[in-house]
Amino acid sequence: MMNTQIAITCSHLTKKFGSLCAVDDISITIPKGCIYGFLGPNGSGKSTTIRMLCGLMTPTKGEGTVLGYNVIQDAEIIKHHIGYMSQKFSLYEELTVEENLDFYAGIYGITGKKAKDRKAELIKLAGLTGRERQLARSLSGGWKQRLALSCALVHEPEILILDEPTAGVDPLSRRVFWDVIHSLSKKGISILVSTHYMDEAETCDKIGFIFFGKLLVEGTPQELKERFDLPNLEEIFIHLVEHEQEPGRRVDEI
Amino acid sequence: MKGRERMGYSFIRFKSIIRKELLQIRRDPPSLAIAIVMPILMIFLFGYAVNTDVNHLPMGVWDQDKSSQSRELVQQFVNTEYYDYLYQIEGYEELQQSIDEGKVKVALVIPANYSTLLDTGKEAKLQLLIDGADPNTARTALANAQLLIQNKSTSIQLQKLEKQGLGPVEMPITLQSRVLYNPNMESLVFNIPALIGLIMQNVTAILTAFTLVREKERGTMEQLVVTPVRPLELIVGKLVPYIGIGMFSFCLVLLTGISWFGVPVKGSIILLVVLSLLFLITTLAIGILISTVSKTQLQAMQMSFAFILPSVLLSGFIFPRESMPMVVQWLGGAIPLTYFLEILRGIFLKGVSLHSLWDETLILSSFTVLICLVAILKFRKRID
Ligand SMILES: Nc1ncnc2c1ncn2[C@@H]1O[C@H](COP(=O)(O)OP(=O)(O)OP(=O)(O)O)[C@@H](O)[C@H]1O
Ligand SMILES: [Mg+2]
Repeated sequence: MMNTQIAITCSHLTKKFGSLCAVDDISITIPKGCIYGFLGPNGSGKSTTIRMLCGLMTPTKGEGTVLGYNVIQDAEIIKHHIGYMSQKFSLYEELTVEENLDFYAGIYGITGKKAKDRKAELIKLAGLTGRERQLARSLSGGWKQRLALSCALVHEPEILILDEPTAGVDPLSRRVFWDVIHSLSKKGISILVSTHYMDEAETCDKIGFIFFGKLLVEGTPQELKERFDLPNLEEIFIHLVEHEQEPGRRVDEI
Repeated sequence: MKGRERMGYSFIRFKSIIRKELLQIRRDPPSLAIAIVMPILMIFLFGYAVNTDVNHLPMGVWDQDKSSQSRELVQQFVNTEYYDYLYQIEGYEELQQSIDEGKVKVALVIPANYSTLLDTGKEAKLQLLIDGADPNTARTALANAQLLIQNKSTSIQLQKLEKQGLGPVEMPITLQSRVLYNPNMESLVFNIPALIGLIMQNVTAILTAFTLVREKERGTMEQLVVTPVRPLELIVGKLVPYIGIGMFSFCLVLLTGISWFGVPVKGSIILLVVLSLLFLITTLAIGILISTVSKTQLQAMQMSFAFILPSVLLSGFIFPRESMPMVVQWLGGAIPLTYFLEILRGIFLKGVSLHSLWDETLILSSFTVLICLVAILKFRKRID
């Protein structure tokens, strides 16, 4: 039976690059309308997991579904329903803000008045008003990310997958960004977001710590703080990383 | 189901890709320069370089006779325009040296008793030394000298017979030859059409060889492949804008060939343009295929060269395919340029109609479809 309340789920998801196991047996479930935060040090496998869920990479082992569609066989159907922002800015630098939006609107088959209205709406939402004619190349970090978010939202996806959307972004842009994320979540959109900022993680409905490709712990920020008896997520993060680096120790023993 | 319905080919997506590609090309002057400056530069450069006509060879003469008859003989050599009398030589040593240094390619030695022998009706022995390093040049130089001397001997013989009172003498056999298609056998007329084909192949293949791989390197491909875009829409949508650019660049090169190098088009220009359009699409597709299978721009560059170099040798651009071993001919048959050269030479030199070019047209069309298909099948909406 397909559970209609689940946005994303995966079990035993594994990805190997040669001998390197970038993602090691990860199983997660993200309910609809939930903001799921992915935490973990550099190179822990966050991006790789995200890419497998978007159908960008083929898992070595394990499986996953997005909105009930299998990530391997139904990748093309999934692509109609998700909006994705990659870690690296990946829009066209030599196109203007407007042209990038127009292009992605066209790619998602949106035309005419609908496209025009959607574009205006997104420009307003991301606070890009006045920069429509600016080349993407000339935008600064925060503005680039706002544009990328707009492009990922152009087709009104049910699921938004964001890979470190606020890395290297000024505090104001970050605030704007997260305001948008929360308002989208209120509208019932499910969001998977990876981040290194603990203040951002604090506002997620659920978070997962991933380290060396393994999912160490998972839960709401409140649950985790109670479980480890630590005041904030930052302490938990450091605690987990330090303990995991000691050889022979497993998460279950903590 | 809604999701399934939207899985098909979408004209809107196709149009968006074309529009985006055009915008990118417009904002990237270097790529436009490749399309416009490079072909013109190449046709001028190679147009003069591949002139394989053997004429105006530097000639040295060691005239030991120094008579009016020996001077007449030298003048006859010069009149053929195959030889330029540049050096007066005295002695074998100097003669050897001039050939060694490459100052002269041909040296004529006239014996001291040349006029005396002629006047007394005895055999005069001339000597011709030829630099045989380039066999093609040497062969032509030799053949022309032999022809000239034979003609001269015959006319002397005839004069003698007439003087002896045999009246006007007629030659027993004469050969009336007529060279078709390129009557003056100018190599330029033969080479320029082929050169146009080669230049267009190289320019267009390189134009598209980078389009996809650039997106892979810059990371824009990652965003593109999480959309519902189909490989067919992407590959064909990326190809279409370059057809216009390729055609523009083709017309420039064609005009240069016709007006600057004075190579006439015997057949229909319209047919030439239509079939060239077909060939452009073929080579653009080859570029896209290269772009599809390579991971980096460097790889795409290497693959382009790996494709261009053999096509120069195997297509019949330099050497006639008929004189190649069978296996090499087959290899040449796998290169689209081979058929386009047939088309170009056919229309330019022979003025043939589509009727005689059906085979080439069909083969090129099949190539185009096949290459596009392979590119579409090879294109992966994945980044691992
Ligand atoms: N295409 C690839 N080929 C080989 N190794 C890869 C590839 N992509 C990622 N890796 C490796 O897999 C591991 C996990 O990488 P990943 O990008 O998923 O980490 P991450 O958690 O997103 O890190 P960061 O916080 O730096 O973005 C790293 O060691 C990385 O070097
Ligand atoms: Mg990452």
